[in-house]
Amino acid sequence: MTNLKPVDVAIIGGGWSGLAMAKEITTRSGLNVVVLERGMPRKTSDYALGMDELDYAHRLRMMQNIADETITHRHSVRDVAAPVRQYGSFLPGTGVGGAGEHWNGAAFRFMPEMFTLRSHMNRKHGAAKLPADLDVQDWGVTYDELEPYYWYSEQMMGVSGKAGNLRGKILPGGNPFEAPRQNEYPTPPLKNSQAMDLFEAAAKRLGHHPYTSPAANLSQTYTNPDGVTRPACAYCGFCERFGCMVGAKSQPSNTLLPVLQRQKNFELRTGSWVRKIVHKDGRATGVQYVGANGEEFFQPAGLVVLASFTLNNVRLLALSKIGTQYDPSTRKGTLGRYLTHQVDSATRVFMDKPLNLFMGSGALAMRLPDFDGDRGLKPEEGLLRFGMLFMLAPGSRPIANFAALPQGAAPKNWGPEWKKAALQWADRVITIGLAGEHLSYRGNFMDLDPTYTDKFGDPLLRFTLNWTEHEHKQRDFAAKLAVPLGRAMGGKTDEYRNPRANYNVINYQTTHVQGGTSMGASPDMSVVNRYSQHWNMSNLFVIGASTFPQNPSHNPTLTVLAHTYFAADALIKRYLKNPGKLA
Amino acid sequence: MRRREFLTIPATALGGTLLYTLAGEPFRLQAQDGKVKVPLRFFTEAEAKQAQAICALIFPSDASGPGATEAGVVIYIDRQLAGPYGADKYRYTKGPFTNTVPEHGYQGKENPRQVYRQGLQSLGNFAALPAAEQVKKLESIEKTHFFQMVRTHTIEGMFADPMHGGNAGLIGWQMIGFPGPQMSYREEIDRHRGQPYRPKPASLEQIMHRKPALMEDEKS
Ligand SMILES: Cc1cc2nc3c(=O)[nH]c(=O)nc-3n(C[C@H](O)[C@H](O)[C@H](O)COP(=O)(O)OP(=O)(O)OC[C@H]3O[C@@H](n4cnc5c(N)ncnc54)[C@H](O)[C@@H]3O)c2cc1C
Ligand code: SF4
Repeated sequence: MTNLKPVDVAIIGGGWSGLAMAKEITTRSGLNVVVLERGMPRKTSDYALGMDELDYAHRLRMMQNIADETITHRHSVRDVAAPVRQYGSFLPGTGVGGAGEHWNGAAFRFMPEMFTLRSHMNRKHGAAKLPADLDVQDWGVTYDELEPYYWYSEQMMGVSGKAGNLRGKILPGGNPFEAPRQNEYPTPPLKNSQAMDLFEAAAKRLGHHPYTSPAANLSQTYTNPDGVTRPACAYCGFCERFGCMVGAKSQPSNTLLPVLQRQKNFELRTGSWVRKIVHKDGRATGVQYVGANGEEFFQPAGLVVLASFTLNNVRLLALSKIGTQYDPSTRKGTLGRYLTHQVDSATRVFMDKPLNLFMGSGALAMRLPDFDGDRGLKPEEGLLRFGMLFMLAPGSRPIANFAALPQGAAPKNWGPEWKKAALQWADRVITIGLAGEHLSYRGNFMDLDPTYTDKFGDPLLRFTLNWTEHEHKQRDFAAKLAVPLGRAMGGKTDEYRNPRANYNVINYQTTHVQGGTSMGASPDMSVVNRYSQHWNMSNLFVIGASTFPQNPSHNPTLTVLAHTYFAADALIKRYLKNPGKLA
Repeated sequence: MRRREFLTIPATALGGTLLYTLAGEPFRLQAQDGKVKVPLRFFTEAEAKQAQAICALIFPSDASGPGATEAGVVIYIDRQLAGPYGADKYRYTKGPFTNTVPEHGYQGKENPRQVYRQGLQSLGNFAALPAAEQVKKLESIEKTHFFQMVRTHTIEGMFADPMHGGNAGLIGWQMIGFPGPQMSYREEIDRHRGQPYRPKPASLEQIMHRKPALMEDEKS
């Protein structure tokens, strides 16, 4: 192992969170920062020839190669875990920009109650009435504290949208139920697609409040406060799972990197696969990693920031033996606790006319906020929380969307009748989805797998995760709302069935995987404090959705950024002057 | 070194000239006669014929339009299998291999090349069977990993960009009215309400005048 020259700060992971932290530290302090990123370098021009559905959306050219590292999964502690051998339910990124290069761009703020969910639910239902295995927590930070940092993130990306609540005033066109925003969005909403117009009209007729989703895909040319100018989205439809060739989709490579590359105190070391955080006497001393040519290095650092996405944030702490592994039988330990994914469902609406669905943009969507959180839920639904229905117009691509057929349209899923029906229904199917809150439960958690290892022989991360009756009921309620919506749009829907299936690792849902290094008000319930600082190691910060003690219905990234900036502020203004515990 | 193998296809079958009406009706003009000899990268000629027969039953050429044979799906599959995907370079293949629940997906040891080789072999002389027998045989293996893989690959070969070997003459895209990777719909996204918008399809290479490096051509 080669010992390298010490640096002030080592950041593990070059995605949204790692590069956002690097930019704050390098531009606002004199410290030198090295970012260790396992994947390859990236720039906008790499994407010019990227509009190829097969290599990018199916062979997953931009994702981390699962042959090198995966997770294992089991439904309960009584089962034996098996490795996820081919990608399915989520898609971890790699390379500069991480998953932020090939994300959709939905850029939401969370509802204020998300940050105090335990208190909120206790108040609403009474603590005694909540299920015993419910694990949700307060974060130790509030929406009002984060609001300026949300705004900072939105300006950096140039998020397009329309305020529904501007300093308490309800405005048309936005989400009327959102928490007060201090500023209008940096850019106006994207243009609606034809299917979105149909959805919007139908939802309004049924008394709902649909609105166009805020998107990190620019609706017009925009220059951010750092002076980075990017063009408007072209609705090309090669967005999710692709990098944007014109730079209209906010990606770390086209927003943060241009600033970082001018910083002399910044170094990006790609091809650097971190295996361990090294520590002594309660202090991180640096990072051990394998370089691109297979050589092993020790990078000493005064401060370590772990920003390697939920999976490796948890795994690297466990491999480095930092913190105490959570045990669901005793409920002791905090590392690995509060694993959540997202509750999804799909109601397909079959229309009688072609819809030109190939046009669209990653985050272009209508959202239905009427039942978000616990708003509008009647006792007979049996739900504690719900989420948002949405209709996405991401640009429909031919392989993925071929042969979405109504039930009974063909006797089998191949052959002449199937082909005929598939051609007939091409470009006529709209999906109403659910972005449902996934509550955290005692039995869903992460730890190290005892059997399977990554390419270096280090243990893989193991998920113990299954759906509960609450999530099945969320899907039932989604169908109850979506079927009349589909009819009001003039379409037909299938007969609804809910097989109450177990969690599966096969079908893609979202890459919103949360928890494991959760944030909280006290060290016995959480891994990091409100500033994303590790409770037991004050020179170690852990950033990303691994700090979320539950999954909100809304997409996580804007909140990941807001937390990163909140942490950066405390780190630069307070920690550097007086290193030690921030909370 | 393996013996050079070729698949010989009548030019009239491969692509031909296909036209597409706004109403969604495809029709094909007869191409001039002749034979195209496609060099194979993975399959033997016998295997390619066998695979082609299966693909043609999954996505047939019939009154509703051309199918897998015209699109060159088997050429697409041959290239995929010859590349890193066929050798399982994008799958976690460390043991132990166990029998687990279906929610964990395919857990087998065999890579796509082996799945095809064994699957084709298990069908005997499939290409020589009468059509009705072929259908019956496929129905009996519908649930196997092999069949589902061929079905997925057939759809991919019909609708992937033609640079991957299938979708010859863009016939897959023409049949479903997909215009290909157009650079921009900025002016179109909020127009064409109630109307199909069907610009003439173009491939990535036609649009960009360059071809990217493909994953199937990487070292495997
Ligand atoms: C297809 C897709 C669509 C999405 N759409 C949306 C959306 O619309 N809205 C939304 O809010 N979110 C979306 N997401 C999620 C979003 O991409 C993530 O929330 C976001 O990228 C998280 O940023 P991060 O920095 O925490 O992690 P990442 O972006 O994953 O970056 C982590 C980085 O760490 C690196 N790394 C990991 N382990 C190591 C190691 N051991 N050594 C060195 N480096 C390491 C990785 O290579 C990676 O580059 C989507 C994700 C995907 C995959
Ligand atoms: S849809 Fe818009 S933001 Fe997305 S890749 Fe295309 S141009 Fe870029």
